Amino acid sequence: MVAFTLNGSKTSYDGDPDMPLLWYVREQAGLTGTKFGCGVAQCGACTVHMDGVPVRSCSMPMAAVEGASVTTIEGLDPEGPGKAVQDAWRKFDVVQCGYCQSGQIMSAAALLAETPQPTDEDIDAAMTGNLCRCATYQRIRAAIHAAAKAGDAETSERG
Amino acid sequence: MLGTITTEDIRRAIAAGTSSVAAPLKSSVDRRVFLKVASLGAAGFAIGCSEEPGAPRKSKQAPAETAEEAGPPTFPMNAFVRVGADDSVTVVIKHLDKGQGVTTGLTTIVAEEMDADWSQMRWEYAPADAATYANTAFGVQGTGGSTSIAVSWEQLRKAGAAAKAMLVAAAAAAWEVAPAEIGVASGKLIHASGKEASFGEFAERAGAMEPPAEPTLKSPQNFKLIGSDLPRIDSPEKTTGEAQYTIDVERPGMLHAVVAHPPKFGGKVASFDAKAAKKVKGVVNVVEIPRGVAVLAKSFWAAKQGRDALAVEWDFSEAETRSTEQMFADFKELSKGEAATARSDGDVEAAFADADTIIQRTYEFPFLNHAQMEPLNAVVEMKDGAAEIWTASQLPTVDQQVTAQILGVAPEKVTIHTLSAGGSFGRRAVPDSDFVAEAAMIVKATGGKTPVKLQWTREDDMTSGRYRPISYHVMKGALNAEGDITAWSHRIVAPSFIKGSAFEALIQDGIDGTAVEGARGLPYAIANMNVDLSIADMGVPLLWWRSVGHTQNGYATETFFDELAVAGGKDPAELRKTLLAEHPRHLGVLNKALSMAGKAPSGAGAGRGVAVHESFSSFVAQIADVTVADDGSYTVDKVYCAVDCGLAINPDVVKAQMEGGIGFGLGAIMREEITLAEGEPQQSNYDAYLPLRMDEMPDVEVAIIPSSEAPTGVGEPGVPPIGPAVANALRDVTGRSITKLPIGDSVAV
Repeated sequence: MVAFTLNGSKTSYDGDPDMPLLWYVREQAGLTGTKFGCGVAQCGACTVHMDGVPVRSCSMPMAAVEGASVTTIEGLDPEGPGKAVQDAWRKFDVVQCGYCQSGQIMSAAALLAETPQPTDEDIDAAMTGNLCRCATYQRIRAAIHAAAKAGDAETSERG
Repeated sequence: MLGTITTEDIRRAIAAGTSSVAAPLKSSVDRRVFLKVASLGAAGFAIGCSEEPGAPRKSKQAPAETAEEAGPPTFPMNAFVRVGADDSVTVVIKHLDKGQGVTTGLTTIVAEEMDADWSQMRWEYAPADAATYANTAFGVQGTGGSTSIAVSWEQLRKAGAAAKAMLVAAAAAAWEVAPAEIGVASGKLIHASGKEASFGEFAERAGAMEPPAEPTLKSPQNFKLIGSDLPRIDSPEKTTGEAQYTIDVERPGMLHAVVAHPPKFGGKVASFDAKAAKKVKGVVNVVEIPRGVAVLAKSFWAAKQGRDALAVEWDFSEAETRSTEQMFADFKELSKGEAATARSDGDVEAAFADADTIIQRTYEFPFLNHAQMEPLNAVVEMKDGAAEIWTASQLPTVDQQVTAQILGVAPEKVTIHTLSAGGSFGRRAVPDSDFVAEAAMIVKATGGKTPVKLQWTREDDMTSGRYRPISYHVMKGALNAEGDITAWSHRIVAPSFIKGSAFEALIQDGIDGTAVEGARGLPYAIANMNVDLSIADMGVPLLWWRSVGHTQNGYATETFFDELAVAGGKDPAELRKTLLAEHPRHLGVLNKALSMAGKAPSGAGAGRGVAVHESFSSFVAQIADVTVADDGSYTVDKVYCAVDCGLAINPDVVKAQMEGGIGFGLGAIMREEITLAEGEPQQSNYDAYLPLRMDEMPDVEVAIIPSSEAPTGVGEPGVPPIGPAVANALRDVTGRSITKLPIGDSVAV
């Protein structure tokens, strides 16, 4: 039995402990925003947050999820940097086919939570694990910088 | 296995379609017939739209199943436009959006002609119905060749204009005024007296109006939406995870299928042992199908575990067993033999005999995988002698015909629910329906008892073939004493994926157009020119890959041209200008790109390359600035791109397609290749097949040439120039030509 938190709700799992988290999220929890792309942690389409850290859910066995707090694109904090990232994604019309974009957004949100004002090098380091076959990279970079600016403005307003 | 479409059907359809592209609807009689047929077609699928006006727009990708889901009623004006009582305007999209933005572009065309407000626009995919929704360039329903906007332009303008006229007529009748006294703006019908109504108020009555024989189209100078950077209509749901793809489809009682495919192309199942597979918890059934062995389970994971536990003996007696090295050796031999002529200008032989200098190069291009992010999949369900299919269908007519034959039902008993594609790049337009057929085979083999979702793994996808063909090119050029190019000879040796397929009629006089496109139409003023083709046999299934023949031919022609220019002591960009004097649209993009780029960078290891190429009736010039380090590693720092695609419906989407095409093409020339050893693909996932990533994406600047020409496509044309632009830039630094792709991580010798 694996007990963990998914998008803020306590949940438990009692199946094959080797099954990757991705398939629990998609098929058992019915949260299909997280996508299957490669199954070997090479493309990032399945990126979710585990205790705030971006992980590739396609290669995260359920046994390793015990006690963790997992967040998917559906559970992004409407007050957090993820919201600013989604807004910036729309402003720059980043998406093309869109299939990788949940993973891109989760990686970007985790980057901004850790590094609110990332440099281009920070963006390269955080985002190079997320493939986009439509090659929307230029807009992803612009959107992350814009989301960082928006977050900065919000922080100074609140401050 | 080619379904029931004969080559004669295709030929007839293409002949009919081609003429209607040139002159969309010849007479008013044709137009009336068109609109009447069109509105009949729509009557059968008037489906509700559950969104409230002003709510975030969502695509309606499958028909609502219950009354509760149906929402406010909507009324068809014709096959392409429905107006809802809630003021929504739904555009029926007959093309597949694989990221290129057609749902936005096609919806914009209708909104413009209706003078609708952008916020009231909705969209949904058309059902499989070739009589109503054929691509007029193909004759069958399908998406490809960057045709979606070009072939829909007149058709959707007329559909939108007709819908507007019907709304006006309905309002005029109700208000007892002349239609001419009613204007339309931002989704409002406004009478000269000040009386006003929204579309929804007259939707039902408008739907009952006689469609106008000749709807009046707007004058382009009055366009408000076309030419503006409207946001993509699918952006909201694609940033929240709500967008639905085939992988997200769930049906009651559905089983998940994963298939063991033969590791060599042309292999067959000899025997298999399913004992271990059946022991996997969740596995329900194991069945042999013509394409392998399918494991069905209650979850994807169980199905995959089961598939991995299968023991299958394969029969390779008819399989392709060559390595890629062997294939290139075979192609080289073929290049010395007979070939079919694709173009013959002047007297090439005499020009070579008179030449001052002759330069010859051979080029080799690898197999490429589409590697779209969503591994291929389809859901098939049989109920009461009819089939329903959910997939990102790029050729609905073909998918419908092929699956009908497999399932033993009439084609009209197959309903296709098209979902947006997690990429395609050509991979989903398969003449034998490939993975969609495979899903139908599994349903057939299991007696249609349960719905089945076939899901390929990345490894299944990458080793499934349907690659961009390998090819071998012999380029030969002659220069006179002044360094002018006096002769050009281009021999292509390539396999044909058209040959033996339902599209075989496209091969004429030994020429497969997909193999010579971009070479045969070389625009440079060179008096003596030969382009010929030798079609090689190939046991590996192949397919169109974003920009098709232009990927190789654009690279071979534009790099070889540069080499000849330099050998003749001429500046490659200047020589292009001279030899393109009769081609104003090529010249236009070239001059624009050159003016954007300005002075070439001059630092250590810095180089610049230029390429210009027309594909799918759009013209693109690109200039790449590169830096080569002492160790031979290189970076592509900046790309300037100018595109002429006629009237740009949505300039920002056009720019996005150029940016994406550049990133897609750049990854391909740098590192992408599928190699075969004893017929088996050596790359099966993104750890070995390496598309471009974030840290390698150059800064891209795009300019669109203002134009009043009819719009042409942009999905593919951004791809061909980037390879030669970068290779020319690298040669600018190193002095060495790159004639074998991929380049790899280093240009050091």
